[in-house]
Amino acid sequence: MSSSIQSQGAAEIHPDVLLVERARQGDMAAFEKLVRQYDRQVFRIAQHIVQNREDAEDVVQDAFLKAYQKLDQFQGNSKFYTWLVRIAVNEALMRLRKRRTGRMVSIDEDVETEEGSMPRDLADWSPDPEAMYGQSEMADILRKTIQGLPPGFRVVFALRDVDGLSTEETAETLGLSVPAVKSRLLRARLQLRERLSRYFKKREGNGSRAKQGQGGVK
Amino acid sequence: MAQLDEMLDQDAAIPLRADLEEHLRECDHCEITLNTTRKTIEIYRSHELYELPDDLRDRLHRAIVAKCRKC
Repeated sequence: MSSSIQSQGAAEIHPDVLLVERARQGDMAAFEKLVRQYDRQVFRIAQHIVQNREDAEDVVQDAFLKAYQKLDQFQGNSKFYTWLVRIAVNEALMRLRKRRTGRMVSIDEDVETEEGSMPRDLADWSPDPEAMYGQSEMADILRKTIQGLPPGFRVVFALRDVDGLSTEETAETLGLSVPAVKSRLLRARLQLRERLSRYFKKREGNGSRAKQGQGGVK
Repeated sequence: MAQLDEMLDQDAAIPLRADLEEHLRECDHCEITLNTTRKTIEIYRSHELYELPDDLRDRLHRAIVAKCRKC
């Protein structure tokens, strides 16, 4: 999760801005520091969009390379991280388009769905899902569940709720309006909740079903 | 639903928050929806779904630096 806060004040200059400045002057070690700082987040966001590890690796390389080539265009009026993520999101969408044999892919794709706009599954989750499934089984469930969402929902959820960007930063990063981000985020959250309910909802006598070896990823 | 969103993000203004909290005390459906949606966010936040292993990370770094040096 990005913990960086870029100050716009003259007195406080964010360390990223100094690293960018040094990298612009040819200091490769400074750029490597930026890579080390953000590669995990960029990889995660790329994976959320392309849903494929090899493509995500290519996205990470291409995004950092493009960022390096465009360092002069970084104005410092946004966080370096959000600027970088914007590049990575575009690279990931291009990669997705290539995989789909040239068909246009945008973050607006399939977002008009009504799914999740009204909660249907109103069963409570009990016992705590974390107690029902082991770490790797839970990760499988979470991956499988989020993969079912349109890319435009996945990326908003990943940036806002997983990565911790603000609504405004998410909007800026994706070139969306704040209301569009809020609307997509709510629907992403509700769709995920609805889909996870299939695994986590309280059932009569289900107890620790999964840990007894009866509950796998469906 | 929009109000649920404000509760999730702690954005609801205090008077509205009081009304919503009162509603939640009486409405099981809304309470369950709010709690399970909160849990959804929490679970996704606490699990790293796409880890970048150290060996892959090193390989990516070398490739990135090599490409950048060629620019």
